Amino acid sequence: MTVELLIEKLKPENEKRVEPASQGEPMGPFKIRAEKLNAWFGQNHVLKDISIGFGENEVTAIIGPSGCGKSTLIRCLNRMHELVPGARTSGSVFLDGAEIYSKHVDAVQVRRTVGMVFQKPNPFPTMSVYDNVAAGLKLNGMRNQRKLDEAVLNSLKKAALWDEVKDDLDKSGVSLSGGQQQRLCIARALAVEPKVILMDEPCSALDPIATAKIEELIASLKEQYTVVIVTHNMQQAARVSDRTAFLYLGQVIEYGETTHLFENPAQELTERYVTGKFG
Amino acid sequence: MIPSRSLSRRNKDKIVFGLCVACEALAVVPLASILVEVVLNGAPALSPEFLTSGPGVIGEAGGGIGNAIQGTLILMGLSSLIGIPTGVMAGIYLAEFGDVVFVGHSFLTHVNSFLSSSLRFLNNVLTQFPSIVVGILAYTTIVVALGSFSTIAGAIALSIIMLPIVTRTTEESIKLVPGSIRDAAAALGIRKWRATLSVVLSTSRSGVVTGVLLAMARITGETAPLILTVLGSSVFFQCDSLSSCTYSLGHPVDALPLRIWRLALLPYDYARQQGWGAALVLIIIVLTLNITVRLATRGKFGMMRSRT
Repeated sequence: MTVELLIEKLKPENEKRVEPASQGEPMGPFKIRAEKLNAWFGQNHVLKDISIGFGENEVTAIIGPSGCGKSTLIRCLNRMHELVPGARTSGSVFLDGAEIYSKHVDAVQVRRTVGMVFQKPNPFPTMSVYDNVAAGLKLNGMRNQRKLDEAVLNSLKKAALWDEVKDDLDKSGVSLSGGQQQRLCIARALAVEPKVILMDEPCSALDPIATAKIEELIASLKEQYTVVIVTHNMQQAARVSDRTAFLYLGQVIEYGETTHLFENPAQELTERYVTGKFG
Repeated sequence: MIPSRSLSRRNKDKIVFGLCVACEALAVVPLASILVEVVLNGAPALSPEFLTSGPGVIGEAGGGIGNAIQGTLILMGLSSLIGIPTGVMAGIYLAEFGDVVFVGHSFLTHVNSFLSSSLRFLNNVLTQFPSIVVGILAYTTIVVALGSFSTIAGAIALSIIMLPIVTRTTEESIKLVPGSIRDAAAALGIRKWRATLSVVLSTSRSGVVTGVLLAMARITGETAPLILTVLGSSVFFQCDSLSSCTYSLGHPVDALPLRIWRLALLPYDYARQQGWGAALVLIIIVLTLNITVRLATRGKFGMMRSRT
């Protein structure tokens, strides 16, 4: 709340009338799409009528100042938002055309299809590297050791971590370096074979070298997955994403191809944000 | 040049450090002196016969505490069997499910929050309860109902004493598990009960084990509730068939604290010596239990900490 107030104060008068921009023409069918999505924390209305789609085999970046609802938006896409006490949503999210907020849909199943990587690397501290990657499968009842081995191997390879940990699979997950831990978390998310991967500022706790590795990884992930990444770092958004959405005070101000949004923004607010004049 | 003020700060630092060391010493002195006293007085009493045979004729040297050791172990086992699962589950409920909001069911939400807050309150009250009151409770319900002092009444009384300690420490240590771990599990599509048992509980394992050990150590030394429930006995607990087991469970049994108390009341030198011996055995049992359980539950990465 305080952050929003602060932003409100910093905002010049004339910009208060800015209307949310049109979403631009969609690029083909969207893998996952929000329609008139609203989200609240208690009385605090964080997302206001958001309609946005994320294309398959694309990386979409979500940028915007702190408190604008970026993280809440992606947490609505895998129904993690509702786990916070007092949080609620309205509107729809369609995954492959099917409404995930429908009464007949099990939120737990949604989260197996829409995986998530968090800001701070959070491997399970009591588990080995192997068990961390296998956790999603094991704790959902998979007992077949051969399939587990296969899934761990493939996930670690996809997460570009295999060569670094292949001899240390029995070591504790938290004994790895920060960047390796984050790639371990990505491998863990990949092991349950999701279709969409949400990343909530995955590099904000990492050094530049580890960040570069993760960015490289994101580029390779889009061949198989739909990736949505929230970031505070505009250079990062420009480097990794195909499309970028600029969020401000719970509304999508502008959404379009990344190069276009950064070089030739349609909205003055976007321009001021991407050039670092506020935010 | 070092300003003179830094010197006085350094002195203050030394004084505080010195005070801490002094207090530490003050706390250790009584503990260490008890331990030394018990070992010095108790060690001469220990012999294979003393550890394995039942009490002899009162007034004549000889006999031992074998049945008291057996009784204490049985009581510890039985009350742990009742107290630990109940306490751990109650702690899990308070930490993980007590504040759950049932979306769209405000009545359920209210019932749940009323249940958890009253359970937490009663649990805290129970922690402070004098153990003899728990003994009286077990006496008026179980002993009177069964018509006899019994092992099972003692085990239930002791498990009631364990319960709040286990519940409290389980709740506290589960709450220390960072929310990011629960988020990670939820984002993998792991069901809440699964995540709670396999991820959250295992992350807070050392705290839960500490609580369990504290509770077990506490009941091992309890005497007052035992006077009102198991009474004490001079024979061994018989359990070679189902019927003899159930018979024994419904009848008095001996326990080390009770035996120490009775021996201490006797006006004989040998009895005092045996009392010290029994006290030493009691301490050894608690210590062994502590070390074994710690080693057994340390886990693969028990000593490791996250680097970030």
